[in-house]
Amino acid sequence: MPAASPRVGLFVTCLVDLMRPSVGFAAVKLLENAGCRVEVPETQTCCGQPAFNSGDRKDARDVARGVIAAFQGFDYVVVPSGSCAGMIHEHYPALFANEPETLAKAQDLARRTHELVSFLVDVLGVGQVDAAYDGVATYHDSCSGLRELKVKAQPRRLLASVKGLGLKELPGAEICCGFGGTFCVKYPDISERMAADKADDVTATGADTLLAGDLGCLMNMAGKLQRQGSPVRVRHVAEVLAGMTDAPPIGEPKG
Amino acid sequence: MESTSHAFKANVEKAMVDPGLQKALGMMKTGFQTRRLAAINKLPEFDRLRDQGRDIKNHVLENLDFYLERFERKVTEAGGHVHWCRTAEEARETILGLCRKVGAKTVTKGKSMIAEEIALNDFLEEKGIEPIETDLGEYIIQLRREPPSHIIAPAIHLNKSDVIDAFHKAHTHLDPDRPMDDPNTLLEEARNVLRPKFLAADVGITGANFMIAETGSTIIVTNEGNGDLTQILPKVHIVLASLEKLVPTFEDAATILRLLARSATGQEFSVYTTVSTGPRRPGDLDGPEEFHVVLLDNGRTNILGTEFQEMLRCIRCSACLNHCPVYSTVGGHAYGWVYPGPMGAVLTPTLIGIEEAGHLPNASTFCGRCESVCPMRIPLPKMMRHWREHEFERHLSPSAMRSGLALWAWFATRPRLYRLATGIAARLLGLFGRAHGRYGWLPLASGWTKGRDFPAPEGKTFMSQWAARRKAS
Repeated sequence: MPAASPRVGLFVTCLVDLMRPSVGFAAVKLLENAGCRVEVPETQTCCGQPAFNSGDRKDARDVARGVIAAFQGFDYVVVPSGSCAGMIHEHYPALFANEPETLAKAQDLARRTHELVSFLVDVLGVGQVDAAYDGVATYHDSCSGLRELKVKAQPRRLLASVKGLGLKELPGAEICCGFGGTFCVKYPDISERMAADKADDVTATGADTLLAGDLGCLMNMAGKLQRQGSPVRVRHVAEVLAGMTDAPPIGEPKG
Repeated sequence: MESTSHAFKANVEKAMVDPGLQKALGMMKTGFQTRRLAAINKLPEFDRLRDQGRDIKNHVLENLDFYLERFERKVTEAGGHVHWCRTAEEARETILGLCRKVGAKTVTKGKSMIAEEIALNDFLEEKGIEPIETDLGEYIIQLRREPPSHIIAPAIHLNKSDVIDAFHKAHTHLDPDRPMDDPNTLLEEARNVLRPKFLAADVGITGANFMIAETGSTIIVTNEGNGDLTQILPKVHIVLASLEKLVPTFEDAATILRLLARSATGQEFSVYTTVSTGPRRPGDLDGPEEFHVVLLDNGRTNILGTEFQEMLRCIRCSACLNHCPVYSTVGGHAYGWVYPGPMGAVLTPTLIGIEEAGHLPNASTFCGRCESVCPMRIPLPKMMRHWREHEFERHLSPSAMRSGLALWAWFATRPRLYRLATGIAARLLGLFGRAHGRYGWLPLASGWTKGRDFPAPEGKTFMSQWAARRKAS
């Protein structure tokens, strides 16, 4: 068990880095508030999932090698995404099954890697956050976090401690929003219909805010809700938990 | 059955604007799921049973030759015959031979996916033998001359009005103005039409949910009792089954039966669980004079020892279809061949080739719901990914995707250049999108922006902001 002040490597993820840095800063704040020393290795890029799920194991392995090297030596590696954390946790060891030396490193990294919110609750024992949010939110369980990493109760538990926030359960919260990484490019029509079903479910809750733990899903759902003209604000759960909701919601213009 | 799997995208396009189909799919969306959940919540040992079921099937697959030979011996001892068929064609010819031997004019059929796989009905018709489907759903789609769209609910894509139309057209001996609005009336009508056909049939063909090696028995489960009438009344009973339906003992079948109906319909048990062991024995009150098992391989033994072997554990319960958000959006026919949904996405390419069925394992978000409900714990997403690997290795995947991936991987393995490129992209996309916060249209992403907006990035990457912050502190 690492010291009281564990050294945490933040894997920002390519989407957060490019599209919504606010989520990364919210993650840093949550981790630091919980007593972690947070570092952000400079050589990180992407977890390699686009290649892996496209059947391109060689490129997936090459990208994964970079991640393994970048995050050596940290007590923990924390990721504000169930999908990318799941990639490292579940699939890196399988990728290197035939390379014993890298396999050991991949397994070691897999053991140290956690999705952000479940890390706070399950590993650090955080039971509440010091944050306030004025609104009624509903929460979508992104598939990889839910099924690969069992992220389900942890975000709800922390959200319950946010002052002023009401929480309404989303019917079909465990059904995919239709993002699916490259799926939304390969089969846009099916993807769009799934997003529409999700948007209808969100609207039916009457909530004014939609939260989830994966930026890909959030962009997909925000994009559909906004195309429908919905006023629902869409944010990554970390932003609300960190009390960092100054930035406009996903897909909304600046103030 | 002629495959249209290669035309998956066109099939999807059609399916998504078919109001009747969409209405029917909307009706099924939650029913199966709710009933399954209620059933397994009442069975605390359900997950342990899943482990047992998986282990039983794994054991059989590791010792398939042994159990197949034992099964054949036991069938023979009970007075039946086993016919080994490597291909669909061999199975069709064998069945035709058995029908011709007794001069069969009509054949009643219980529900069988293998019969669909070998396109038996068309073949028998061509040869002058009339096949009659006796499962209500199968009967309806036979009248409409279309394949099933779901494994356990073959007519799930239809609405009541479609059934009324089909019965009007087919049952011309009945009063055209008869009231047909009540589903029970339709059921009664089908029953009345089918009853004399059960009695007149020369041969009855059923599938098998299980073949039991220790006794040479076969088992079918049904909810309508049509299977019993199909196999008991005619002189000849033919069981048509693929070889992975084998289990060692009755005990093993019982274990898997506890998983099957709960996973399929949410019933604790199907209404009828019917065991057949050989033909009628002296003193039996009923049963056929001849009992034949047509044992089909059709490419399955090629899967043994490959990364797809686990697919042979499948018991065709349909839980993966019932929980698949893609299936519930496009329906079963879009998949283009016999087996739809996640199980079809893995199995179909093994049977008709990845060149023909390449879309199917790609048309998944890898949401993983199928694996999470599979009673036999088949890692369906993992195996779909293996198919994508085959496609990638054999250069079957689209070239735009391949070059896009190569470019992305080139940058992703060069962190400095990656920083530079993402920095520029974030700025540009942020610059043009900031005023509205999102894009209504984007080049190269028109598939996305056709029905959705694309959120604009905040402007500067996290990494550049983080570096600036470090420098300042």
